[in-house]
Amino acid sequence: MLKIEAILQPSKLDAVKDALLEAGIEGMTILEARGHGRQKGHTEFYRGREYTVDLLPKVKIELVITDDQKENTLQAIIGAARTGRIGDGKIFISRVDDAIRIRNDERGETAI
Amino acid sequence: MCRRAIKLLFFSAVLGIPALALAQPAAPDAQAATQAQITALQQAVKAAQTASASAQSAGDNAWMLTSAALVLLMTGPGLALFYGGLVRKKNILGTMMQSFAMMCLITIIWAIVGYSLAFGHGNAFIGGFEHLFLKGVPIAADPQNFYSGTIPEQTYMIYQLMFAIITPALITGAFAERMKFSSMAIFLSLWSLLVYCPMAHMVWGVGGLLNSSNPHAAFPSLDFAGGTVVHITSGVSALVTCLYLGKRIGYPQTKMPPHSLVLSFIGACLLWVGWFGFNAGSALGASSLATSAFINTHFATATAALGWTIFEWFHNGKPTALGAISGAVAGLVAITPASGFVQPMSALAIGLAAGFFCAFMVFKFKSIFGYDDSLDAFGVHGAGGTLGAVLTGVFAASVINPVYKDAAGNALPSGGIDGHWAQMLNQFAGIGLAWGISIVGTLVLLFVVDKTIGLRLKPEDELEGLDLSQHGEEGYDLNS
Repeated sequence: MLKIEAILQPSKLDAVKDALLEAGIEGMTILEARGHGRQKGHTEFYRGREYTVDLLPKVKIELVITDDQKENTLQAIIGAARTGRIGDGKIFISRVDDAIRIRNDERGETAI
Repeated sequence: MCRRAIKLLFFSAVLGIPALALAQPAAPDAQAATQAQITALQQAVKAAQTASASAQSAGDNAWMLTSAALVLLMTGPGLALFYGGLVRKKNILGTMMQSFAMMCLITIIWAIVGYSLAFGHGNAFIGGFEHLFLKGVPIAADPQNFYSGTIPEQTYMIYQLMFAIITPALITGAFAERMKFSSMAIFLSLWSLLVYCPMAHMVWGVGGLLNSSNPHAAFPSLDFAGGTVVHITSGVSALVTCLYLGKRIGYPQTKMPPHSLVLSFIGACLLWVGWFGFNAGSALGASSLATSAFINTHFATATAALGWTIFEWFHNGKPTALGAISGAVAGLVAITPASGFVQPMSALAIGLAAGFFCAFMVFKFKSIFGYDDSLDAFGVHGAGGTLGAVLTGVFAASVINPVYKDAAGNALPSGGIDGHWAQMLNQFAGIGLAWGISIVGTLVLLFVVDKTIGLRLKPEDELEGLDLSQHGEEGYDLNS
């Protein structure tokens, strides 16, 4: 089992969600985040003083998928989220030791 | 033709004079009847006069009570929201509580002794104690009353209370985010007695040194609704306080942007609308003078918002919402002393000047000297009030408000625009006294309160925020 963490532009959330559903991925967790990579922040004004806001609003999607779903999932996300500009985001993949369905104690891939 | 006319006249006279003689009532009952008619007419006229005075009183009192409510609205929630939105999230409740505390504490102080000190018959500087616990303040309107011919003096008292409430509340902007709640309550309560009451007495009280309605005033100063009494005192006291207390932890390196300009925007609009009660209500009646003050208030606010916005557009490259609303407040402040004395076009000019001047004070002056006047109480109220008091002397026109009259009751020139440039001396006297009493009074009180119970928050409390450290609450718990 793999965990996919995708950090995206907030405006791309709907498109990515729809693409994932189309690819057959049904379970996901969505978090609001702030951050930046190489993207510079923006400037704001307060009482004539300019200051840089470099913690930008982002959206993070977390998914746990079976190994064979990996390429479909990645393509769904990248296809929906890419604009070609700095700030598109990043995807991180890690291994998951186990998964448990709380309702009925199912374990492993059937719990995803 | 001429002879015929003469004959006609002659015969009319010959017939007419005896006819007149016959027409005089000889009988005593006819005389009594006429006398009765005259008495009835006299009573009817008196009743009509009373009814007319009643109607005038009713109209005036209705407007004055409405105005009092509008001025209270300026503090709560106007100022509470305006200031609240400008501070960081962890201080929202604490900031709003400072305004709310004034609404409660100053009311009690005013009722017991404040009104008496401000408006009692004392001397040129301060009132007396004859109205302790509001003793002797009539509920019936009395045309002989110095303060209010057509409204009850109790209406005047409650109206003035709302001014006494908002003035110390304005000062809280300078020491935002760093004063203990208990110390703030004591400091500002004492301030209202030591600084506000004397200043109010000098400008508006019977026998006041600066009162333009007092024929014996040494320096009759034109201050219609409190440019000196409210804005200079609060603004200058604010500056003294922020210098005494020092800067917030982390200022100016740490960014401390407003947590909700939405709240500040709402607050500013409430201030704008409420200010109609502040200025137009200072006419003490529903008169055409109230109309003038209402119009001037509105006009100056509009041009001031524009002035600040233009200044900012050049300075930043973008006009901000905060700049626009701050400009509006600056205009409201500057027009306060002038509102019942100037013409509408002058109000447009005063507003524009205030927008530019206060923007300069906040953007440039503050950064040159580096003081942490957190919410720009001095930059807007102190500076705007001073400018407004000066421009009142320039633009006061007797055609709007004939405040000076000669022995025959003819209007004399008011301000510079009428040719009476000597008025500027009186304006500077009022400004100087306001600055002086504010600096001295505030310093004394800060020192006394600081040495007894301390003023400033402990550093860990300041970092945790007012809401948790002073009130054990959180302003926003959006996940609950």
